Amino acid sequence: MSKKKRNGEKLRTVGHNVARAEGVEKVTGAARYIDDLSFDGMIYGATVRSTVPAGRIVAVEQDPAFDWSGFTFVDHRDIVAPGKNVVAMIADDQPFLAVDRVRHQAEPLALLAHADRARLAEGLAHVRVRYESETAQLDFESADKVLKEIAIRRGDVDEVFARQGVTVVEGTYRTGAQEQLYIECNGVIAMPGASNADDGGISVYGSMQCPYYVVRALCVLTGLPREKVRVVQTTTGGGFGGKEEYPSLIAGHAVLLARKSGRPVKMVYERHEDLVATTKRHPSIVRHRTALAKDGTILAIDVDLRLDGGAYVTLSPVVLSRAAIHATGPYRAEAVRIRGRVMMTNTPPNGAFRGFGAPQSQFAAEVHMDRIAGELGLDPIALRKKNLFRTGDVTATGQKLKDSVAAHEVLDRALARHALATKKNKKRAHNKNDAARGNGTPSGTGIALFFHGSGFTGGGEVKLASRAGLALAPDGVRLLVGSTEIGQGTRTMHAQIVAETLGIPYDCVETADPDTARVPDSGPTVASRTCMVVGKILQRAAEKLRAELGEYDDEKSFKKRARWLLAERGSVEIIEEYQKPGDIVWSDETYEGDAYGAYAWGCNIADVEIDPISYQARCTQFTTAIDIGKAIHPILAEGQIEGGTLQGIGWALYEDVVMRDGKMQNASLTNYIIPTTLDTPPISVEIVEHPYANGPFGAKGVGECPIDGPAAAIVNAIRAATGKRLDEVPATPERIMKAMA
Amino acid sequence: MKIKLHVNGKKKSVEVPPMKRLLDTLREDLGLTGTKEGCGEGECGACTVLVDGAAVNACLVPTCQVDDAELRTVEGIARGGGKEAARLHRLQRAFLDHGAAQCGICTPGMLMAALALPKKATLDEIRAGLAGNLCRCTGYMKIYDAVAQFLDGERA
Repeated sequence: MSKKKRNGEKLRTVGHNVARAEGVEKVTGAARYIDDLSFDGMIYGATVRSTVPAGRIVAVEQDPAFDWSGFTFVDHRDIVAPGKNVVAMIADDQPFLAVDRVRHQAEPLALLAHADRARLAEGLAHVRVRYESETAQLDFESADKVLKEIAIRRGDVDEVFARQGVTVVEGTYRTGAQEQLYIECNGVIAMPGASNADDGGISVYGSMQCPYYVVRALCVLTGLPREKVRVVQTTTGGGFGGKEEYPSLIAGHAVLLARKSGRPVKMVYERHEDLVATTKRHPSIVRHRTALAKDGTILAIDVDLRLDGGAYVTLSPVVLSRAAIHATGPYRAEAVRIRGRVMMTNTPPNGAFRGFGAPQSQFAAEVHMDRIAGELGLDPIALRKKNLFRTGDVTATGQKLKDSVAAHEVLDRALARHALATKKNKKRAHNKNDAARGNGTPSGTGIALFFHGSGFTGGGEVKLASRAGLALAPDGVRLLVGSTEIGQGTRTMHAQIVAETLGIPYDCVETADPDTARVPDSGPTVASRTCMVVGKILQRAAEKLRAELGEYDDEKSFKKRARWLLAERGSVEIIEEYQKPGDIVWSDETYEGDAYGAYAWGCNIADVEIDPISYQARCTQFTTAIDIGKAIHPILAEGQIEGGTLQGIGWALYEDVVMRDGKMQNASLTNYIIPTTLDTPPISVEIVEHPYANGPFGAKGVGECPIDGPAAAIVNAIRAATGKRLDEVPATPERIMKAMA
Repeated sequence: MKIKLHVNGKKKSVEVPPMKRLLDTLREDLGLTGTKEGCGEGECGACTVLVDGAAVNACLVPTCQVDDAELRTVEGIARGGGKEAARLHRLQRAFLDHGAAQCGICTPGMLMAALALPKKATLDEIRAGLAGNLCRCTGYMKIYDAVAQFLDGERA
């Protein structure tokens, strides 16, 4: 039956807006987030943090005059073999608790716990840390310590630049840090015992994207075997990458306090602490040199890309990898050279954030395209059309784009939609008789095109070897999957894929709790992989189950077959593992090959006006067309696109992380500004569906692609409005005023 | 200090320090954890509740200030306070229909702010009325759709 469906039989669940799996709990206040949970005997934990960006720790002292009764105190000496004081990630350079040196502000030095939160705050004020200050490297442009370097080479770039008659266009582009700003701060509760309090293990409940990352980190910290470490994701109030790697750190802290005190320990950050201590989007500086023929054909692209990694490696190497692979934007060239580096600075580590490096490198690529159009006297859209990837073109890593290439289609459909919306708005403005408002207000339109690889880069998915599956029940099936619901609709979308494949109603599919004692490791919930990669594994498990169930044609006969099979075997669980599509080839040594199985494609058009007095740029209308292969749940997919777009608009115009002495100075929602309703333009979304043969029902990734384009579209619109070039975001009034002066 | 409250139509009495944040009194003393804390400084609106019909940030209100007031929280929206879909308020249903709740952490506050909107609010008035409630997931479009559907029904 699934074969028939691919041949055009009507889908019954996929592509329909079924009821969100956990919707009712969320609109009634019944959903339990980490701070809503409480356990018998629970106490509260807090972190003693560094107040210098670099230094040698002389002493961490508890004030002898203070009454420490009822407190639990933990420092690095409480981490004992076989446990290790290392946050297990890519490099083993980051400690859970600093030992003798501090490498950034707000670095964890010691931990306190107490049953009374007021006493806990007093205790924090009575821990004194003495340092010998060291010189801090706070500027990544002049930094010389490289945490990771990547080189991508295709063809002979130098030969092309040396050719007679080529035009060379150069530009340098910068982007600032950005806070994920999930509305629920990072938080966990740790308690002694994996399955019962006395088994020597540990359990952690918390707000997170990747429970198995936390398991791995806790096994290293404690030296406990895998089966003694249990991690349960609680309802999570937003992630955006900010709960990818950071929860490993806070979970480790809570576990140290829980093991020492023997009690459940809750650690939930307040907003200020979350802002100063947790990861941000990597600031970037990108230099472009492009060689062009007179007609605007791109011949060679030469990019030098730098990211600010902060004090520890965390996930920076893979952020850099994605940034570098996407650095050409969706354009072909006969020769490409990309040099990417992550620099070490004495600032809190930067980390995962929706888009994962691609928004930074594609901001540069798309603002640079407008510079090229200006210098060559070409129409920016015609220039793009001439160079956009088509099926059969080859990317920077030498990947031949075989199917599902929609760069031209997203451009055409965004232009058509934008024209329609503009006509409608003009009419409305005319009717409201406020068209005169435009007088003296500079306004302009900007465009950006982009692409985004779905899933882990290169051989990443093979290494992950993700697993997911199904358990049969008398009335349906239960999904056994380690992917997390963080607002994007994982549970709903996975259930739809399985219901459709099994040919049963959506209501017959439920999802097991995301508890590592019960669900397999489906890989992290990141990288726009949860639908395309994990959804495909679930689809294969469902196909297998369907074959084992034999013939059935409706819900009733399905249940009959299910009961028969359960009676026959006692229990039926099918767990499948990731299978690499046969045609994907990648080399980590040469950085050549199929970087991603498939790409999502996008086009943004921003209309911007600039207040002539305050220089505040305001986006008045935003149009986005995104190709995601197949929208499993159109409303959820639109929600991802609208939300990602607005996060991109925030990065472009408002969100400015102000650092001084290595510390965020505007660590509050009063002065770190994210878009409110009043800052948000109408966002008009066009979903394009170019199916990908190896995705479930043709689906590719959706979560990240929408944030790759808005910043460039807006900066290009500001240029159109003012005639002045701005090569940096956020485009704050100060920067616009300077550009216009 | 003993403070009398009317919460979601029920009489309650709590013994709390007078300056305890209403947010903490609701969550800790009354067990109403549906009201969320996002920033603790009145910027994000996640803790929005209705006090005598007006939307306020419960993180900025000392409990003594609501003595004898009529409070409404997210737990008091659905008829009978039940969890079942059948008893959902029309605004809650509209949030579900339009995908206005993603991660859901801003949803309780957003619902309360929407309930305080004038019944004849235009789209511009909806935007202005919800400007104190931050959402990082949706881009707000689905929230406008949901609130507009709800208000349309109220007018009908």
